[in-house]
Amino acid sequence: MTETQSRSDLLDGMSLSIPYIRFLGLIFERRGDEITALMPYKPDLIGNPLVPALHGGATGAFLEITGVTQLVSDMALEHSAAAGGTLPEDYVPVMPKPVGITFDYLRSGKPMDTYARAIVQRRGRRVANVRIEAWQEERTKLIAAAHGNFLLGSGGS
Amino acid sequence: MSTSDLSKRLTEGVATPDGEGAVLAGVPHSAAMGMRLISADGGEAMLMLPYSEALVGDVATGVLGGGAITALLDTCCGAAVFATRTKGIISTATLDLRIDYMRPATPGRDVYAHAECYRMTRSVAFVRALAWTEGRDRPVGTAAASFILNRQPEDGA
Repeated sequence: MTETQSRSDLLDGMSLSIPYIRFLGLIFERRGDEITALMPYKPDLIGNPLVPALHGGATGAFLEITGVTQLVSDMALEHSAAAGGTLPEDYVPVMPKPVGITFDYLRSGKPMDTYARAIVQRRGRRVANVRIEAWQEERTKLIAAAHGNFLLGSGGS
Repeated sequence: MSTSDLSKRLTEGVATPDGEGAVLAGVPHSAAMGMRLISADGGEAMLMLPYSEALVGDVATGVLGGGAITALLDTCCGAAVFATRTKGIISTATLDLRIDYMRPATPGRDVYAHAECYRMTRSVAFVRALAWTEGRDRPVGTAAASFILNRQPEDGA
């Protein structure tokens, strides 16, 4: 199995095995080292039916999970490089834990598919700082953005 | 739908069989998550998110996804704005939301959240909130949020 294939499988595995990611219906696509996350529209994501607008909590959770997923992918890439170019079959990803996140809501989320990408500003041994952006029709018209710190385990191992 | 109905979306709900809180039927995403409104008055709101396997973010531990706490705190902050019972506010939208995650929500335990709207200007409401499973002295997360207020045009204006 190629490294690219095994890392895509890792992301598919996450979206299938984590109940909350399934609840939101998230899909992850990987191009090189960049993840694009997709939150397909469904009525359960609405917060205000009168506008209608996506729930800020759903958009927030989407941003947060996109950040976590990009970090998981980056760490898997690093791990496979260290293991000679392939990700070991028994590789168990460390799930980064959010410490603090700030969300900015820039536009009302319309009842349609939403995309997100994360930019890892810095990833150290224990903490990663990440910016995440979400948009709908146009990449440059963000509906929300977030930046936060994530804990990457105790750093001992 | 009249203005009063609009503001009731976040301060009233549909009774539950077990009698603990009311389902936020007017907020589809919150209702889908199972969130319940316990109280909303005097600029303060209390919500409860029943533990649910569907919202688990870490299968190994059964801990709820961080995003579920984000969605709970966001909803609770919004409810606190309407709990001020300020006349003429048609709707609100989250401007920014800062969340700090202090400890994992205890698996199997319901998550409670309390929010207080401590300042309201003509266009912006400021809210702080706390979420916990074991007790308020052991917070799972805290939130600081600001909301933009959409007011109905004044009579004769």
